[in-house]
Amino acid sequence: MHILLCGGTGCQSSGSSVILDNLQKELLMKGLSDEVQVIRTGCFGFCEKGPIVNVLPDNTFYVEVKPEDAREIIDEHVIKGRQVKRLLYVDPENKQHVPDSKHMGFYKKQLRIALRNCGFIDPENIDESIAHDAYMALGKVLTEMSPTEAIDIIKKSGLRGRGGGGFPTGLKWEITSQSVSDKKYVVCNVDEGDPGAFMDRSILEGDPHSVLEAMAICGYCIGADEGLIYIRAEYPLAIKRLKIAIKQAEEYGLLGENILDTGFNFKIKLRYGAGAFVCGEETALIHSMEGKRGEPANKPPFPSVKGYLDKPTNVNNVETFANIPVIINKGAEWFSAIGTEKSKGTKVFALAGKINNVGLIEVPMGITLREIIYEIGGGIKGGKKFKAVQTGGPSGGCLTEKHLDTPIDYDNLIQAGSMMGSGGMIVMDEDDCMVSVAKFYLDFIVEESCGKCAPCRIGNKRLSEILEKICEGNGTQEDLERLKNLSNVIKDTSLCGLGQTSPNPVLSTMTNFWEEYKEHVHDKKCRSGHCKNLLYYVIDPEACIGCMLCVRNCPVFAITGERKQSHFIHQDKCIKCGACMEKCKFDAIHLTPDYVMA
Amino acid sequence: MEKIKTLADLKRKQEAVKSQVNLRDRASRAENLVQVKVAMATCGIASGAKEVMEYFVEELDKRNIEAVITQTGCMGYCYAEPTVEVKLHDAEPIVFGYVDTKKANEIIERYIKTGELVDGIIPKNYETIN
Repeated sequence: MHILLCGGTGCQSSGSSVILDNLQKELLMKGLSDEVQVIRTGCFGFCEKGPIVNVLPDNTFYVEVKPEDAREIIDEHVIKGRQVKRLLYVDPENKQHVPDSKHMGFYKKQLRIALRNCGFIDPENIDESIAHDAYMALGKVLTEMSPTEAIDIIKKSGLRGRGGGGFPTGLKWEITSQSVSDKKYVVCNVDEGDPGAFMDRSILEGDPHSVLEAMAICGYCIGADEGLIYIRAEYPLAIKRLKIAIKQAEEYGLLGENILDTGFNFKIKLRYGAGAFVCGEETALIHSMEGKRGEPANKPPFPSVKGYLDKPTNVNNVETFANIPVIINKGAEWFSAIGTEKSKGTKVFALAGKINNVGLIEVPMGITLREIIYEIGGGIKGGKKFKAVQTGGPSGGCLTEKHLDTPIDYDNLIQAGSMMGSGGMIVMDEDDCMVSVAKFYLDFIVEESCGKCAPCRIGNKRLSEILEKICEGNGTQEDLERLKNLSNVIKDTSLCGLGQTSPNPVLSTMTNFWEEYKEHVHDKKCRSGHCKNLLYYVIDPEACIGCMLCVRNCPVFAITGERKQSHFIHQDKCIKCGACMEKCKFDAIHLTPDYVMA
Repeated sequence: MEKIKTLADLKRKQEAVKSQVNLRDRASRAENLVQVKVAMATCGIASGAKEVMEYFVEELDKRNIEAVITQTGCMGYCYAEPTVEVKLHDAEPIVFGYVDTKKANEIIERYIKTGELVDGIIPKNYETIN
């Protein structure tokens, strides 16, 4: 019997380490340690209900397990064979307990390629990876194929870069392989920075060998003997597991000199980043690795020609790499049969925001937003109305109700004014103010702009100031026009991808939610009630008994009224301090977005 | 740790470590394999279900039959414990009563291997809601 316990960052922070200890203690006490194995795996993806415990072989899926539940799981399930009902997942629709993961809406529509081993193997034990075909693809490539043949398979598979841009991976490898040099590098980009995205971290935490193997395959294809993983120092668990994985692979001789007796050498080292968003851009990433400031450079020359230490360098994202071994093992045709015409395979998305099943999912390209949000995601939190979903992080845009049935792939998202990005999906409901959402992303960009070029450094700051003004209720028609013009200028004149895409959240919310912008500016109204300055204190004449308490407490004398008659707040004088609402004993004072200035 | 020097080495290593994760792989495709459920409530355990379960685990492995062996709660046939439910791929589950290791051997050899029904089948006497 195996008990799988999620050891991803999310579940660890909600106590999965203590659960692990307790489970093992219980098993030891009951003398079952030899028969029941407890395995700490990577992320199951169902982070909303973590920590997750999965008991095999009967595939019982326990959610929101607490350390004190360990005893009951062992006593009831392991010893007596009775499921602990109260820990099972409850289907939100029919309120029934779901005993195993196969019947959960969350997993039904998913197809896991990059996440194939996450939540299934112990990432700190290379043997478990090997049992699941780790390094078999490397062996196959090294013994049966020439680099060109291997690149051909990747090209034919149609795999495109999963970091956001969607550049064909095989083509990138081919270009790097054709660059002539005595030394080349393979770089894995783990500078995952989109707010709410955590797929790269989860892959490395759950299945580090898949990435190491793919880097070695890439090394063989392009003629490199050294790989570097650029990872954020703020991912301590991923770093720890990568270090263990590299060490174990080296001990087995699967990394290092003369791998599998083929004369191929490949070693992998880690490089730590300080967590700057711009360092996800490959030229900035390379600068950072060289010890320079993380600023982007003009392309061309592309890193494939002149990269790390001026040597040809192939930079790919974690998820891209995680797909490679499967493609080699199962063939290009198998992979290209999945997905849409121009976007093959699957994509991992991190679902976040106002959605019931927050977590990590992997779905075939071409799935619709509706399927993701309502079937896998379980719908909007609290039964509220769906408003938009932000994809592609700060460089992306918003998709709205009218995009719900658009098949998701690289090209359709761009057409809809957004982009794939690294795969963060932040769901918003009717309580979210789209102007404020645009401002949130812009503030992120202002923080993260490296400052090298003026349009991005100064332009975004100005954009943010205009949005601030609009949210405070001081916006004018000219501001709206300036917002649009300035956005386009920044888009056209910035140096790197970060700047060129930085106004996207503004432009896309302006296109899709123009009404809301107009309301903020002309009616001084925020329909979601999010912008505090556009909310009004009003007295409900029915509930007000005329006690004069608010009149006496208003610091700016904005409230008038006679004793025993309902009072009135003069909006032109009100400074929105909230003192009246606090003092009122009869709940007669409310905040409302709907008040129209007299 | 021993080095893996060739692709053949790697394949041998994979064979060797596969048993570590077999249980999980099988669980993920349980519906296509032989599923054996041993009733392990107090009544079952008292009548020797643990030995039967162990016997199934060991013998099926020895005889190279891919199976998922799980325990379950009381099936209600306490008079006939230990009881064992066997589900072959593409067949309705069948419950056997009074299963000791000798009977288990018969079940494996005759029912699981050839599909031939053996004595001791308990007719299903209830419907379940699912």
